[in-house]
Amino acid sequence: MPTDALCTANPHAAADLPPVIVGAGPAGVRAAEALLAAGLAPILIDEGAAAGGRIYQRQPPGFTRDAATLHGTEAGKATALHTAFDAIAARIDWRPGTLVWAVRPGELHLHRDGRAETLPFRDLILATGAMDRLIPLPGWTLPGVFSLGGAQIALKTQAVAIGRQVAFVGTGPLLWLLAHQYRKAGGGIAAVIDTTPSATKRRQILGLLTQPGMLARGLSYMLGLRRAGVRIVEGAMPEAILGEGRVQGLRWRDARGRVQESVCDAVAMGWHLRPEAQLAELAGVPFRFNPRQRNWEPDKDPTGRTAVPGVYLAGDGAGIEGADAAEIAGARAALSLLQDRGRAVDAGLLAALDRRAGAMLAFRHALDAAFPFPHALAAGIADDVMVCRCEAITAGELRAAVDPGGAMEINRAKAFSRLGMGRCQGRVCAPAAAEIIAARLGAPVEAVGRLRAQAPVKPLPAAARSTP
Amino acid sequence: MIWRRRSEAEREPVPAERDPDKHPVLSNLAAIGKISTDVLVIGGGGAGCSAALHIAERGVRVTLLERGLVGSQASGVNYGGVRQQGRHPAELPIARRSRELWGRLREITGSDCEFVPSGHLKLARNAEEEAELVAYADVARQYDLPLRLIGRNAVHAEFPFLGPAVVAGSFAADDGHANPRLLAPALARAARKAGAAIVEHAEVVRLARDSDGFIAETANGLEVRAKSLVNTAGYWGGAIAEQFGEKVPIQVLAPNMIVTEPLPYVVKVNLGVVGGNVYLRQIARGNVIFGGGHGEADPVALRARPLPAITLEALPLAAEIVPMLRDALVIRSWTGMDGQMPDHIPVIGPSRTTPGLFHAFGFSGHGFQLGPAIGAILGELVLDGRSGTPIEAFDIGRFTLGKPP
Ligand SMILES: Cc1cc2nc3c(=O)[nH]c(=O)nc-3n(C[C@H](O)[C@H](O)[C@H](O)COP(=O)(O)OP(=O)(O)OC[C@H]3O[C@@H](n4cnc5c(N)ncnc54)[C@H](O)[C@@H]3O)c2cc1C
Ligand SMILES: Cc1cc2nc3c(=O)[nH]c(=O)nc-3n(C[C@H](O)[C@H](O)[C@H](O)COP(=O)(O)OP(=O)(O)OC[C@H]3O[C@@H](n4cnc5c(N)ncnc54)[C@H](O)[C@@H]3O)c2cc1C
Repeated sequence: MPTDALCTANPHAAADLPPVIVGAGPAGVRAAEALLAAGLAPILIDEGAAAGGRIYQRQPPGFTRDAATLHGTEAGKATALHTAFDAIAARIDWRPGTLVWAVRPGELHLHRDGRAETLPFRDLILATGAMDRLIPLPGWTLPGVFSLGGAQIALKTQAVAIGRQVAFVGTGPLLWLLAHQYRKAGGGIAAVIDTTPSATKRRQILGLLTQPGMLARGLSYMLGLRRAGVRIVEGAMPEAILGEGRVQGLRWRDARGRVQESVCDAVAMGWHLRPEAQLAELAGVPFRFNPRQRNWEPDKDPTGRTAVPGVYLAGDGAGIEGADAAEIAGARAALSLLQDRGRAVDAGLLAALDRRAGAMLAFRHALDAAFPFPHALAAGIADDVMVCRCEAITAGELRAAVDPGGAMEINRAKAFSRLGMGRCQGRVCAPAAAEIIAARLGAPVEAVGRLRAQAPVKPLPAAARSTP
Repeated sequence: MIWRRRSEAEREPVPAERDPDKHPVLSNLAAIGKISTDVLVIGGGGAGCSAALHIAERGVRVTLLERGLVGSQASGVNYGGVRQQGRHPAELPIARRSRELWGRLREITGSDCEFVPSGHLKLARNAEEEAELVAYADVARQYDLPLRLIGRNAVHAEFPFLGPAVVAGSFAADDGHANPRLLAPALARAARKAGAAIVEHAEVVRLARDSDGFIAETANGLEVRAKSLVNTAGYWGGAIAEQFGEKVPIQVLAPNMIVTEPLPYVVKVNLGVVGGNVYLRQIARGNVIFGGGHGEADPVALRARPLPAITLEALPLAAEIVPMLRDALVIRSWTGMDGQMPDHIPVIGPSRTTPGLFHAFGFSGHGFQLGPAIGAILGELVLDGRSGTPIEAFDIGRFTLGKPP
């Protein structure tokens, strides 16, 4: 795998430095735990105030709902992860509220409360997780439109619903999970609109049965929603979010082509997740296109190693595999790191982790096939719909940028149109933009490439000053 | 004589149907894999694309070979300063000529490349720097570059967004800034229209000369024969010159660039300082683009990276001259690669070893503004044997012939 020397020649490759983990979600916490168990206390960094990551995000101080209310069927796992973290927190170098905004060979750049700091590293585990993948729809910038993840965070950490009558639209397990969570919390549901037909899901039943517990949970969410009389539509495509100044409805086309409308005052939408992999890119890790998920992801092997010596990846930041797989991958990457440092690791544990990871893979592949990304919906976004919210670039402007004599890949389309040049640096619009460009060029989506990342990976206050 | 060839995996993916070999204009070329032309231009930055345009406009057959996409190196990623003020006096006649072309870009290329003749305000932050402004005003007068010196009170009255550290300014009303991402592609489009063949993803890996002229071979198997050769390969122009026995002390220069999220649009001039440790402009959308210091670059791997520590050093320097930046958020940093000569001015002119070869490279961090005129000058050199714009100071012989000619 090719990498380049600018990114990979680590001046601290032999230094006696503690391993550094970025991300304190399921992957990062389990990695920290495994390193500490081997007597190597890591530095664990997260921009959030508490450990837990996205799925097991803790409530802000003062909120006191119990784990069962917060995490439902996942309460046991959430509690286990929080307990595991609490047990090691005092013995590791835990740095919450700290953004890693840049990576150079052997060097992380941190920002916390206006102070910038350089942290030298020898070994690095990136466990940076994922974010929602969205498809821009007419009206998606109206107040009241949330990503599925955003709607879930509102519910989980602040105990607020995003509306009185919420329409859920998208595909993937999170769509159903979130609708279930809203129903349990007593929220009104206008409709659950899954862009995947039920037949597509049924076809994956054998693969999904490899994790019968997960399948059963998923089915129980669907069944519970149906029993509660929630309007459920599968194989339908959203057409527009309606409303003046705020969300008032959702228009969609059902599987038979009939246009329908649901009255709602909020919309939660999302089509799976995409890896948050900018730090991996800055660290010099090569990327690959995952055709099952239609995502670009940094390339790692099953042990968490990458082409860059000393840089390991774990969890959804290296390809969406879910929280359980993230825990396994975190521990596995830590063991690889220990081995590469010449430490003995428990062969039984290693084999067990690999076995469990392998077993989850069949389920993951079935899940990917059961909830495919509706790329034609993204590619067909009407010309007047805004694709890039930060820079207010419409699908039509993007198409104009690739028309004859124009751009032939996504970075050049960005240069011509300003798409992806704003505050989020294309993290939100890139998946849909790539589909639009590919369709316009008649090229496979992987051929139009991906937006290149640069520091800062998230906005950095210009008031940041180096600590002496 | 071969450059390092990059492996397939290192290249940007090219959609099959957009493969340059299958480009409609070049389909016959792909079939034979060989073309012969009058002038071959290597390098599709601002200088090379402008040269192709000027040559094609004279009805002469010209082919431009570009390793990546036109404008994918320095010309496409620079700060966007279109500035005459502060240049080496020898560059001023070229800069004056280029400024005239900048003013007519829409007419020439169909795009104004977002050129805004906003004026360029160069700032002094102490008495010593102010003395430099005064001294340069004398130089500028000799080259018909109108400058207006502004004292402390007046500069703050006229530009109220400036911080108290500023003690004086020198204003060049004629200067401005533009969108670097647009220039080379716009010139290339115009050149194509005028009849030039612009071939992207065509890295020249072998060059030779025989009695008929030059032969260039690209990594993807294209062979181009030409009577004249124009070297506008930017930093890599040094390696091409070396092929013909003209080794020059060129180094890679990678200015560190930063952009903020949109802020209220108040800085309506292009700002610089004496000494150049920070420079800053704002676009109408509100983003502030600024630079200062240098990143790192590996011109073999074709990678350039901004340096976080340098970004952190530039932040207070920028906030010192424009305090509103203290509350901004930085959303991206980047850099690019230009060729830097020891005397900080480019190599422009005929080869001293090889008839029919012309160089224009090594613009030392300030060739974006010059690009349009460089193409015009190269067109004259190649087709007429001389240019009306004085270029003696840029002779490659100053490095290869031992002492200045
Ligand atoms: C919004 C959202 C909601 C989800 N809800 C569910 C759900 O209900 N059920 C389910 O099974 N799965 C859910 N998932 C998926 C689940 O979160 C992941 O499968 C799981 O969290 C992966 O664990 P991880 O450790 O890889 O990453 P995460 O849990 O995402 O942890 C990554 C951590 O890295 C930190 N981080 C990232 N970049 C930086 C940086 N530059 N500097 C410092 N820190 C950084 C983040 O703050 C975060 O805490 C959700 C995902 C998202 C994005
Ligand atoms: C970050 C940065 C900021 C700058 N800011 C400013 C500014 O504000 N104002 C200003 O006036 N100037 C500025 N400059 C300088 C300016 O950008 C350059 O001087 C100018 O663009 C050089 O143009 P060029 O055509 O010589 O080179 P380039 O734009 O580098 O073009 C050379 C081309 O040759 C191609 N090439 C090289 N080797 C081969 C080969 N073997 N085969 C085929 N093709 C080849 C390359 O791919 C490249 O596209 C800046 C430069 C940088 C890097």
